[in-house]
Amino acid sequence: MRGWQLASFALFFGLWELAGRWPVSAAFPPFSAAFLALVEMLRDGSLLKAYLITLQPLALGIVLCAVAGIGFGIGMGLSRSVEWLSLPIFIILQAAPMAAIIPLITYIYGIGLTSKVLAVIMLAAPVIVMNSYKGIRNTPPSLLQMCRSFQGTRRQEVMKIVLPHAAGLIFTGLRLGLAMGFIGIVIAELLITPTGIGDLITYNSSVADYPKMFAAIASIVALAAIALYLLERLERRWFP
Amino acid sequence: MIVEVKGVRKTYDSGVEALRDVDLSFPKGQLSTLLGPSGCGKTTLLKIIAGLIPKNGGEVLVNGKAVHGPGPERAFVFQDFALLPWADVLRNVGFGLELRGVERKERDEVARKYIAEVGLKGFEHRYPAQLSGGMRQRVGLARALTVDADIILMDEPFSSVDEQTRRKFQEDLLDLLRHHQKTVIFVTHSIEEAAYLSDQIALLSPRPGRVSKIVRPAVDRSKSPDEIRRDRGYLDTVDEIWGILRQYV
Amino acid sequence: MRMLLSLVVWFALWEIVGQMKFSSIVPPFSAVIEAGIEILPTEKFAKAAIISLRSFGLGMALALAIGIPLGVAMARVKGVGRLLGMWVNIFVSAPISALVPILMAVIGIGETTVVVTVFLFAVFVITLDTQVGITHADRSLVEMARSFGATRRQLYSKVLLLSALPEILAGVRLGAIRGVKGVVIGQLLVAIIGVGELFETYSNNFLMEEFWALVLIVFLFAFAVSEAIAYLERRVEYYAAAR
Repeated sequence: MRGWQLASFALFFGLWELAGRWPVSAAFPPFSAAFLALVEMLRDGSLLKAYLITLQPLALGIVLCAVAGIGFGIGMGLSRSVEWLSLPIFIILQAAPMAAIIPLITYIYGIGLTSKVLAVIMLAAPVIVMNSYKGIRNTPPSLLQMCRSFQGTRRQEVMKIVLPHAAGLIFTGLRLGLAMGFIGIVIAELLITPTGIGDLITYNSSVADYPKMFAAIASIVALAAIALYLLERLERRWFP
Repeated sequence: MIVEVKGVRKTYDSGVEALRDVDLSFPKGQLSTLLGPSGCGKTTLLKIIAGLIPKNGGEVLVNGKAVHGPGPERAFVFQDFALLPWADVLRNVGFGLELRGVERKERDEVARKYIAEVGLKGFEHRYPAQLSGGMRQRVGLARALTVDADIILMDEPFSSVDEQTRRKFQEDLLDLLRHHQKTVIFVTHSIEEAAYLSDQIALLSPRPGRVSKIVRPAVDRSKSPDEIRRDRGYLDTVDEIWGILRQYV
Repeated sequence: MRMLLSLVVWFALWEIVGQMKFSSIVPPFSAVIEAGIEILPTEKFAKAAIISLRSFGLGMALALAIGIPLGVAMARVKGVGRLLGMWVNIFVSAPISALVPILMAVIGIGETTVVVTVFLFAVFVITLDTQVGITHADRSLVEMARSFGATRRQLYSKVLLLSALPEILAGVRLGAIRGVKGVVIGQLLVAIIGVGELFETYSNNFLMEEFWALVLIVFLFAFAVSEAIAYLERRVEYYAAAR
């Protein structure tokens, strides 16, 4: 398996290198140039500085979503009336292109942290809420009947059966939410106003330093991939 | 002898030795059973005869010629029915002919005939999901009959069918196969089923699978099904087989 | 039905909040609908809609034409699956919008960039779901077809693809949802064409009625596309209920 992974990396970066050297376009640097640019940005600290800015709204947004979104999703799963009122909204929000509202958010909240946190929340919340809701709703009826047959109270039913059973799906929701959060923060930093990693991308693009621009883009894609991979490993270990 | 198995060996990639030097012959026009405990490689042997999985050694002769893959003279009936869920009964039964490029009209006609023979007339346009397990396997049997193969290979065809349906199905099967003069190779783990249906029973030992004994039940087939089940020869055969198989359990 | 009723409650709430003039950002729902009816027949909207639909259609067509065969190849050819599996898995959840600046630099600022954005948003989930569908295709159906002498082509056209159809359709539905997001994000970033341009214009000029009307129209479109494919999925599931 290790060998295949290596071959897979080699194939991708090799093709990138070839495409850059061929060249596809003056704005398409080979992999080696982008890699050197990445090393340079790591060395002079600009990448680290950018991520300190970028990760703030991401972390803030995800934490807010985790607390409020999971709570709300659980409420939706437990209460018929909450479900009735909010399920249609979340079904639509999951399919909706939320990015359309970002220009408005910028208009109201300006170009600061609040707007970016809101962008992250808007994209991440639907999937977190829906997964928590589904986790609660997917409790096998036979388990609930078992609990009732032993005269379990509603409280025990929720605490000892429903929530433990839903934990896996809720965690999956958090992971998918983080993926959406990455998408949200990237859109926010490109669209609202360039800061952090978005600034690195936009600035280097405007001064035609394409290796640096590619390095910045590759770094955020890689960071998202690694974070999601680690969460998936955790998920497999905790909820097999 | 229509099918001959000579020195067939099979070891899976996982290292499990499924079959070791199996020699067996199957007489034309008879129903032969491969019987043994689970894991004895009986399904593996049947699929090797069908040409569905490769063997590691030995050969399979059909009408004296070595075969290496599936062929038109053999038709397979699957344990889990293997029906196309998106196709109705008519199309499922005619699927073997469809793959051979037979015209729609012609294959529908042949399919209708065999659907009637297995007792499913009126169900032509139902989908597999709408049928019971027994009816699904009748579709599988009809599909194998439409391609007019001399040899029918059946892999535990009744194991997913409930008990009452199974008895009726076994009786129908005997009638149908006698009528069409098919050679049948049948895999089962039920001693009663083997004794009731077979002209020849090959007992396989588990891991690695080898032929431990060949039994030819002395059952008078002219009797009615219920009489056969009380027949001396039938009951003796069941006892004899159990005497051999119990050592493997 | 119950769902519709719940939406009615929300719209009513929206109307009340709007009428209270609580905030200029939230105009009454009725005013938004009025604005929607007003902008629908305008030439400006028609032009934006056509450009956006064309980008969406082309990008999706490209994603289907490449994603499905690629998914099949990944499932059937071990080497292809192992070489590409990791990258498809990374890009299926990666922030694809980060790649839009690359497209703008390499392809330029225009419709093609939006088409490629739609393609990139949609293709990976289609590939992945096709691969899953083909990999999980009933093995005994494959054996059955082989035992009746199916050719390679017949195996694909009559068994494998149909068997994987539920998963493929699920992938297409998710791909289409992402494709709509791709149009909006692509056009917002490129900022000078289609619906994205309208969004910018409306919010910059504080035309809130028009802005919300456009949001409703785009959301409705995304929802309609997803429901249309979901309808196909349910029909397929009926046939595949035996699985």
